[in-house]
Amino acid sequence: MAFLDIHHLEKSFGAQRVVKDFNLGIEKGEFVSFLGPSGCGKTTVLRMVAGFEMPTSGAIRIDGRDVTGQPANRRKIGMVFQAYALFPNLTVEQNIGFGLRVAGEGKAETRVRVAEMLELIGLPQLGNRYPFQLSGGQQQRVALARALAVRPQVLLLDEPLSALDAKIRVSLREEIRRIQRELGITTIFVTHDQEEALSMSDRVVVMHQGVADQVGTPFEIYNRPATRFVAQFVGTLNLLDANLLDAAAGRIGLGDVPVALNRTLPGRTGDRVSLALRPETVALGRKEERNVVLSGHIAEVHFLGSVIRIRVAVAGQLVSLDTFNQPDRPPPSVGTPVEVSVSDRDLLVLAA
Amino acid sequence: MMGKRLWSWLAVVLGGIYFLLPLVGMFDFSLRMQRGGYSFEAYRIVLADTQFQQTFGYSVMLALLTIVLGILIVVPTAYFVRLRFPGLRPIVEFITLLPLVIPPIVIVFGYIRIYNTSSILPLTGSWWGTNILLVFGYATLSLPYMYRSVDTGLRTIDIASLTEAAQSLGSGWARILAVVILPNVFVSVLSGAFLTFAIVIGEYVFAALLNVNSFGPYMVWMGGNRAYEPSALAVVAFAITWVCMGLIQLFTRFSKFSTVRR
Ligand SMILES: Nc1ncnc2c1ncn2[C@@H]1O[C@H](COP(=O)(O)OP(=O)(O)O)[C@@H](O)[C@H]1O
Ligand SMILES: [Mg+2]
Repeated sequence: MAFLDIHHLEKSFGAQRVVKDFNLGIEKGEFVSFLGPSGCGKTTVLRMVAGFEMPTSGAIRIDGRDVTGQPANRRKIGMVFQAYALFPNLTVEQNIGFGLRVAGEGKAETRVRVAEMLELIGLPQLGNRYPFQLSGGQQQRVALARALAVRPQVLLLDEPLSALDAKIRVSLREEIRRIQRELGITTIFVTHDQEEALSMSDRVVVMHQGVADQVGTPFEIYNRPATRFVAQFVGTLNLLDANLLDAAAGRIGLGDVPVALNRTLPGRTGDRVSLALRPETVALGRKEERNVVLSGHIAEVHFLGSVIRIRVAVAGQLVSLDTFNQPDRPPPSVGTPVEVSVSDRDLLVLAA
Repeated sequence: MMGKRLWSWLAVVLGGIYFLLPLVGMFDFSLRMQRGGYSFEAYRIVLADTQFQQTFGYSVMLALLTIVLGILIVVPTAYFVRLRFPGLRPIVEFITLLPLVIPPIVIVFGYIRIYNTSSILPLTGSWWGTNILLVFGYATLSLPYMYRSVDTGLRTIDIASLTEAAQSLGSGWARILAVVILPNVFVSVLSGAFLTFAIVIGEYVFAALLNVNSFGPYMVWMGGNRAYEPSALAVVAFAITWVCMGLIQLFTRFSKFSTVRR
C-alpha cells in the first residue's frame, strides 16, 4: 500500500458534490501536484487530507494508519497556505519554533532546529524580524520552514506561489523542490498553473469537476492526455473536428480529407470525434517519419522571438504549429499554399 | 472659502465650550476650599480619606475582575462566531447590545428577584455571592464595548488561516485562543478593557442596590454631605477616565507588530 492512500474519497457541501470518488496512492518521498481550474475541488481534497474538512465518505490512510476521523492537530501534517498565515505577533524564529513548542521540545533543541530551518530556507539573519517586515517570498519561505520544523509525515501546499510575482514564483518553486528532495518529504502541491505542476512534480493529478481525470508523470500527462479536458487544460493544443470513417482500420475524415492512423480506434464508424495534436508535433513541409501530410495555406503568422507560431488552414480548420526562428530564413507570408506533416502517433483521437 | 472655514471653527469652539465650561467651573470650584486663593486642599482631604482609598481600591478590584471575566467570555465567543457560525453574528451582536437598551436598574432588579435570599441560588445573601453577582452584572454592562472592539480586532486578522496553521502544527483550542488569537487582538481587547474600567469605576446603580461600598456610592454620598470635596472627586474620576482613553491611544499607537494600524 502507498504511504499516503486516498480511498474512494467523496465530499458534498449540501447538495453540491465537490469531490467524486477520488482515489490516489502517493509513495513516500514523492512530489505530487493537483492541477486543475479554480473550483474543481483541489483545496477540498487537500483540506480533507489535512483534517480541516470531514469527508462525506471514503478513507485516508497515512503510513498504513487510518486518519479519516482524526482531528487536524493530531495528524502530523505540515501545511503551507496561499496567504502565508504566519502568526503576526511572533518573530520568524518563534513562528518556526511554534510547532516544536506545542510538541513540548526543549528550549535548546528548539533553538538548534530553528537555526537549521532558517539555514535551509536561506534566511539565517532574519530570525528576529516580524512577518510584516518580510517580503512575500520571504514570508512564504518562513511558512515552509514552520511547517517542516516539526518533521511532518506529509507536506501540503495550497497554491503557495499564487500571491507572488512571476520572478519570485519561478525561483521559489525551484527552491521548494530542492528542499523537498533534500528532506525526502512526501508532498502534495496544489496549483492551477500547469507550468508549475509539470516542472516540479514526480506525478501530476489533473482534476476536473471533482474528479481526478488523469494521474501520471508530467511527460505522460502532456503527451498522452487521457481525456479531452486534460488535453485542453495542459499545454496548447489543436483540436480539430473529425468523424470516424472506419474505426477498425483507423481511418478518420477531416472535413473531406481522409487521414489514416493505422491503428484500431475506439468508437463506432460515423461517430464525431476530436483530433488533438500539439503544435510542436506539426512540421511545415514533408518530413521523414511524419507520415500524415495535409495541404492548406498559411492563415496567420505570429513572431514570438525564438519561436514562430504559424496557423495553417487545413480543410476549413486552423492547425497551429511552432517552428524555431532561423535568422537566414524569414517566415512564410500569409496566403502561401503549404503542406504540413505529422506522425500518426502524435494524432490523438478524443471523444467529441 | 474663508467663510466656510470660519463657521467650522465656530462650531468646534461652541461645542468645546459646551463640554469644557462645566468642567472648568467644577475644577475652579474644587480649588477654592480655602478662602483667599486657590489650593488643592479639597484634593488632599479626598485623597487622604480612608473611605476614598477603600472604596476606590475595591472598585479597581471589581473592574479588573470584570475585565478578566469579560475577556474570558467575549474573546472565545466572538472568535467562534466568526470562525464557525458567521450566520449567528447579527444575533450575538444584538444580544451584546441589549445592556445599552435595558437600564441597569431593570437588570439589577431582575438579579435581586432571581438571586434573593429565598431563592434557589441565594447569591445576595453572602458577601461572596454579592460580589460574584456584581462582577457578572458589570461584565454584562461592558458587553457592548468589549464585544464590538474584540470583533473589530478579529476582522483585521485572517483567523481561519491562522487557526488552521496552528492546528496543523498540533495546537489545540486553548492554545490557539491564548497564543494565537488573543495576542493579535490584544489592542482591541485593551480598548474594550479600558472602557470597562471606566464604566465599573463610576457605576452607582448596581452597587447601591446590592448595597456594597464601592466608589460610585461613595461619590454620591460625598456629593450629599460635603461642599468642595465632591468637585475634587469628580475631577479625579474624570482624570481616571481620560487616562484610560489616553492609554487606549497609546497602546494602539505603539503595539509592536501590528501592520494594520500603522
Ligand atoms: N465550505 C464550503 N461550503 C460550501 N461550498 C464549498 C466550501 N468549500 C468549497 N466549496 C465549493 O467546492 C468547490 C471546490 O472548491 P475548492 O476545493 O476550493 O476548489 P479549488 O481549490 O480547486 O479552486 C467550489 O465550487 C466551492 O464553491
Ligand atoms: Mg483552492
